Amino acid sequence: MTAVPLGIPRRLVEFTLDGQNAGVPEGSTLLDACRAAGKDVPTLCEGDTLTPKNACRVCVVEVEGARTLAPACSRKAEPGMTVLTDTERTRHSRKVVLELLASSVDMSTTPKVAGWLKEYDAKPDRFGPDAARLNEEPKVDNDLYVRDYDKCILCYKCVDACGDQWQNTFAISVTGRGFDARIAVEHDGPLTDSACVYCGNCIEVCPTGALSFKSEFDMRAAGTWDEDKQTATTTVCAYCGVGCNLTLHVQDNDIVKVTSPHDNPVTHGNLCIKGRFGYQHVQNRD
Amino acid sequence: MDLHFGDSKPTDEERAAVDALLGPPESAWEGAGDRSDADLRWARGGRAARERRDELLPGLHALNDRVGWVSEGGLDYLCRRLMVPPAEGYGVATFYSMFAVRPRPATVVRVCTDLACGGGAELCGEVRARLGPAAGVAVEESPCLGLCERAPAALVVRAGVPARPAFEDELGGAGDQRQPRPPRQSGFSGRGGVGEKTYVTATLAPAAPDTLTQAALTPESAPAEPPAALAVPQAGQDGLVLLKRLGTVDPTSLDDYRAHGGYTALRTAFAIGPAAVIREVTDSGLVGRGGAAFPTGRKWQATASQPDHPHYLVCNADESEPGTFKDRVIMEGDPYALIEAMTIAGYATGAHLGYLYLRGEYPRALQRLEHAIAQARARGFLGDDVLGQGYAFDIEIRRGAGAYICGEETALFNSIEGYRGEPRSKPPFPVEKGLFGKPTAENNVETLVNVLPILTMGAPAYAAIGTEKSTGPKLFCVSGSVERPGIYELPFGATLRELLTLSGMPDNLRAVLLGGAAGGFVRPDELDIPLTFEGTREAGTTLGSGVVLALDDTVPLPRVLLRIAEFFRDESCGQCVPCRVGTVRQEEALHRIVERTGAEAAGDIALLREVGRTMRDASICGLGQTAWNAVESAIDRLGAYK
Ligand SMILES: Cc1cc2nc3c(=O)[nH]c(=O)nc-3n(C[C@H](O)[C@H](O)[C@H](O)COP(=O)(O)O)c2cc1C
Ligand code: SF4
Ligand code: SF4
Ligand code: SF4
Ligand code: FES
Repeated sequence: MTAVPLGIPRRLVEFTLDGQNAGVPEGSTLLDACRAAGKDVPTLCEGDTLTPKNACRVCVVEVEGARTLAPACSRKAEPGMTVLTDTERTRHSRKVVLELLASSVDMSTTPKVAGWLKEYDAKPDRFGPDAARLNEEPKVDNDLYVRDYDKCILCYKCVDACGDQWQNTFAISVTGRGFDARIAVEHDGPLTDSACVYCGNCIEVCPTGALSFKSEFDMRAAGTWDEDKQTATTTVCAYCGVGCNLTLHVQDNDIVKVTSPHDNPVTHGNLCIKGRFGYQHVQNRD
Repeated sequence: MDLHFGDSKPTDEERAAVDALLGPPESAWEGAGDRSDADLRWARGGRAARERRDELLPGLHALNDRVGWVSEGGLDYLCRRLMVPPAEGYGVATFYSMFAVRPRPATVVRVCTDLACGGGAELCGEVRARLGPAAGVAVEESPCLGLCERAPAALVVRAGVPARPAFEDELGGAGDQRQPRPPRQSGFSGRGGVGEKTYVTATLAPAAPDTLTQAALTPESAPAEPPAALAVPQAGQDGLVLLKRLGTVDPTSLDDYRAHGGYTALRTAFAIGPAAVIREVTDSGLVGRGGAAFPTGRKWQATASQPDHPHYLVCNADESEPGTFKDRVIMEGDPYALIEAMTIAGYATGAHLGYLYLRGEYPRALQRLEHAIAQARARGFLGDDVLGQGYAFDIEIRRGAGAYICGEETALFNSIEGYRGEPRSKPPFPVEKGLFGKPTAENNVETLVNVLPILTMGAPAYAAIGTEKSTGPKLFCVSGSVERPGIYELPFGATLRELLTLSGMPDNLRAVLLGGAAGGFVRPDELDIPLTFEGTREAGTTLGSGVVLALDDTVPLPRVLLRIAEFFRDESCGQCVPCRVGTVRQEEALHRIVERTGAEAAGDIALLREVGRTMRDASICGLGQTAWNAVESAIDRLGAYK
């Protein structure tokens, strides 16, 4: 059993996972080990192409001897560890964390969350009708993408994708602190005044739909967005010689958004403005 | 990195403030007005400038000190000079409560509304009303200012041209030689210019509406602060170890420090060598005084033995825990002791540079330490060849800017490095990857100062003080409803009763908050708890950093609890969900039950317990993990809301 592809041979770390012996290559996280063992641990701020910030804390597991729970997404497996992933204690924390999140932001477009809320018996309403919420208006300030921070769980993925982990544009950052912390561009201005180059890589990694294509945002507003009616076709971008893979999401014969396969070893899901947003010409039918 | 800068320009003042810190820009790439020939051929300011990112926080201070807030133009210019993306610069500027990114008046009055300064909110309102909107003064509520023994406390800061520190004359210009101040820009009138106001701070404690209003209008005429030793009711008594020089030594004189036994510990350290210093510290049983009680010798050993270099030493002087002021009193009253102790710690751990991270609300400590460091440097006690022993060590002061979380050790590293003061997840631990990713030993001020008696009296004699598991003397910050609030030094093992008796316990004592906002309450019938790490642990509470806040029965407990919840909600960095949202939900629930008891409160108390348990279990750092402690103890031990 291996959790990550073996490149250079790496030593196996052996430890106990939910009472079973587990072995993962050195450097693997507890989440890698859980996934390899077929265990379902919820995650939100973890992303397959990024180093997780371990800020959301829904993936917490119990490590014997530790005072606090550990984030499975970031904690590396160590030899001899005893790890429990599904105890009353971990379930309690996951439940309350989900409640805290769902009571403060709109998670209606976050995949999988509805299922977890049910599985952990989370009741976000129990903080009362006056519980503070983000209550932000969507920021629609350009034709390509919309920032609806009412849905933002502050997972830091977009900041990392725009910054030193992929794009190196550093157009967005976390500002303020505590409950008032938000994702913003410099001086909190519109996106059009910022360093953004509209590569859309932040949209690609956003787990909640807080960042979305304007096309998707408009269709949702009009009630015409329907994922069941969409097909996804992966093709090669024709703009330049790099040849990135594009996945075209088509509804009613119209491209409604463009993503990129994360397992592509060259691009890892990243594109540039042309590949991501330059699809109108394909649809010019006259 | 291809950075994008907007077209907002700094004012002359802002440019001068940044250039005074960083030197004039050398090319148009980093904001020079004129393009030079070289600019067309090479892009200066890339890597070299990026390596100066840690000057972002000092740069923000430079702007804020000069104009009172951080404007778009000023921030963009600073970011350009350091090649920091403006979005990140903005993210950092908005993290700290002492900076504003919207225009505000040059004078800001911060009035403490925290635990010991109960009536601060009323004082705030009164002063605001007296000043009126026309006065051009911003009056803000502030968390604990670390002046709890003289509550209520206030801090006045007026932005302006930097005043030259008096000690530069005294040292004959031999001050900070490593960072020579660049000549001022022509066209900028600088200090002494007609009508130009200088940067001034004034600390008022106790603050009254009259004096504070006056100080807000003319901070330069504010009455002088009482000497630091007045915060030490035991000053001058025999038998003190850590506080023995307080009140007897002149904190501005290196010679006087030496005349009072200063620098004998460093000589001992050089005589026995770094390994033996670590052995002495380990044998002394010293554990950290910053709250986590980690064995200091082990930390030093682990740092010293790391193969990666350089090693760093960091002194944590952030002291923002409400009710804590011991580090301030040491730094103001015996600053050379800290400098000597840092030199020893650096020597033992193999560091050649020590950072002293000082909370931004301590102007007098800053001034005293700057002076003491400059003097020590001028006299060979710091620098390339300390005491002619071939060991190079220097100290750089970094000012915090109002963020309790920056006292968390890894948040402190991020803050120094010019990032948002968010804690890093551990492991890796600082001894392996700390400041700038290098092995780092980080210690509290009080911890470091303990190293001096360890070396002068020897580990066995030191270890004989206190108890077996908590050795040495301990400083306690006593405030609230006592007759003589202040810093007390007692050997570990003295009881809470003994300490409170010394400081004048009220007859109508209702509760004692031990360990500050992150600590816990104990009842008047629990005063025989021995003040040791193991004793308080056994009693189900904590010593923390040594806060002892006494509350008599006139103090409304629900309001104190609300204030604690508000503090954590304000100070959460916002990184992780349990703390970012949990602290808000905790405060909401306490608001709901502030006037309620019994069955009416039961539902919310159950909710508080569930959220509290999750914050303790799942938060990234100690802030979220302890944010529920005090409230829980008030419910369980004091029967609050019964
Ligand atoms: C939220 C938070 C704030 C803290 N603030 C301080 C502080 O102001 N001063 C301090 O010395 N330690 C503070 N600490 C503890 C430090 O993280 C660290 O344990 C300490 O500086 C280590 O030094 P010591 O071993 O000498 O105690 C804080 C910890 C947390 C979690
Ligand atoms: S679109 Fe690209 S450049 Fe713009 S904010 Fe997102 S990641 Fe950054
Ligand atoms: S906008 Fe999306 S990716 Fe960015 S922090 Fe919020 S939820 Fe995460
Ligand atoms: S516990 Fe609070 S202060 Fe600590 S990392 Fe999490 S949000 Fe930040
Ligand atoms: S200075 Fe006000 S509570 Fe500490």
